[in-house]
Amino acid sequence: MTTAKETAEHRLPTRQTLLPDLPVFDATALDHGTRDALAELLLAMADDEFICGFWDSEWTGIAPLLEEDVAFSSLAQDEIGHARLLYEMYGRLTGADPDRTAFLRAPEEYRHARLLDHPRTDWAFSICRRWLYDTADAIRLAALASSSFKPLAEVVAKIRREERYHLMHLDAWMRRLAAHDGEPRAKLVAALDTLAPDALTVFTPLAGSAGLVLAGVLAQPMTVLAERWSLEVGGMLAQMGLPKMAFGRPSADGRDHSQPADSFRWLWGEFTSVARSEEGVEW
Amino acid sequence: MVAPTLAAIPLESAIWAALHDVHDPEIPTISVVDLGVVRSVTAGEGSIRVELLPTFVGCPALAFLQDAVAERLREFADDVRVDISFAEPWTTERISEDGRAALRAAGFAPPAARHPDESRDLRVLPVLPVAECPYCGSRNTTLENAFGPTLCRAIYHCADCHQPFEQFKEV
Repeated sequence: MTTAKETAEHRLPTRQTLLPDLPVFDATALDHGTRDALAELLLAMADDEFICGFWDSEWTGIAPLLEEDVAFSSLAQDEIGHARLLYEMYGRLTGADPDRTAFLRAPEEYRHARLLDHPRTDWAFSICRRWLYDTADAIRLAALASSSFKPLAEVVAKIRREERYHLMHLDAWMRRLAAHDGEPRAKLVAALDTLAPDALTVFTPLAGSAGLVLAGVLAQPMTVLAERWSLEVGGMLAQMGLPKMAFGRPSADGRDHSQPADSFRWLWGEFTSVARSEEGVEW
Repeated sequence: MVAPTLAAIPLESAIWAALHDVHDPEIPTISVVDLGVVRSVTAGEGSIRVELLPTFVGCPALAFLQDAVAERLREFADDVRVDISFAEPWTTERISEDGRAALRAAGFAPPAARHPDESRDLRVLPVLPVAECPYCGSRNTTLENAFGPTLCRAIYHCADCHQPFEQFKEV
């Protein structure tokens, strides 16, 4: 670790700090209400991807198969890459610094869905949670693919091409675990039981989402996306011979962390530890 | 309409030619031009602007490529700007024929032909299960892992020559 001053003197003549990945865009056409609602949506999505990626990274080095060690590390890298773009876009709309947003908020200030609060637990649990989340994410991204806010539609087009591999991988694991009676299937069913009440928190209605639909930023309201998800997941569970689950409806507090879960507090401690160790320093 | 100056056209060609010297740090046999990540080159009065398309959003080589492109073009202008663009998604179809040959020579299967894209079905993947073995040309191959040593690479196995190999992932 070096201070910023030392770094400037000794670094090789390459990049000093990472430039933003996101091209400059013009958001002046958005009215204030739409801009605020869009910022809220972007923060929710960025936090989802970020937290999901950090849970994935908890398997690095200890996944049950070497192949999965590689796969989950790649998944983590993808998701944190997506989060970075979304935090940058959020920053352009609100003036917030993307690094500070990602690493220097209090646990209470994160906006990820409660589905992503659950700890890594066992392999079946991680597969199940990721599959529930990836299906929700795919539906949410589809609803943004033709967004009237073009910078978002462009980024989403890119992200969707990567997310397809995630869904393919998780589908394969769900089928594999569901097809093996005994421990794999029992653990998968137990995971579904634990996760079902929180699954729809990904579609928690946001304050301005009705306005986003009117403005053509988001194709359908969260409640409609939640219904589509329930049909999709219900159909897949039936196909895999897994029990029918009661997912309920998205609740208003699905992204509320005013009392952070212990598991999230722990993960937060891990992923912010470097940033908090010496604020503002260049690594 | 103002016709482009005579000098402008050869300069841009020279820039494109120079960009063939910049290679992907993760797959050094292929240049950024053959990889198809250069979206545009615009040369103005003493300035050059290049747009790059990221292969994968989380690709750690992107910043390196921006720097390497800027460095290579400094002989043409003092003011070189290398921007990232998402105006169109980079797809594996942008890899040139030369690029595909370079991948094959390095033991990578080029990406398989593209599935008709943008299906409404969430679970239709643009991934064809067939990758051609870069060692023996067999199509009797299986996907071992969609995730490989870098974000853009998948791992296959050839049932004929029993050689594991990597494929540049179709996106």
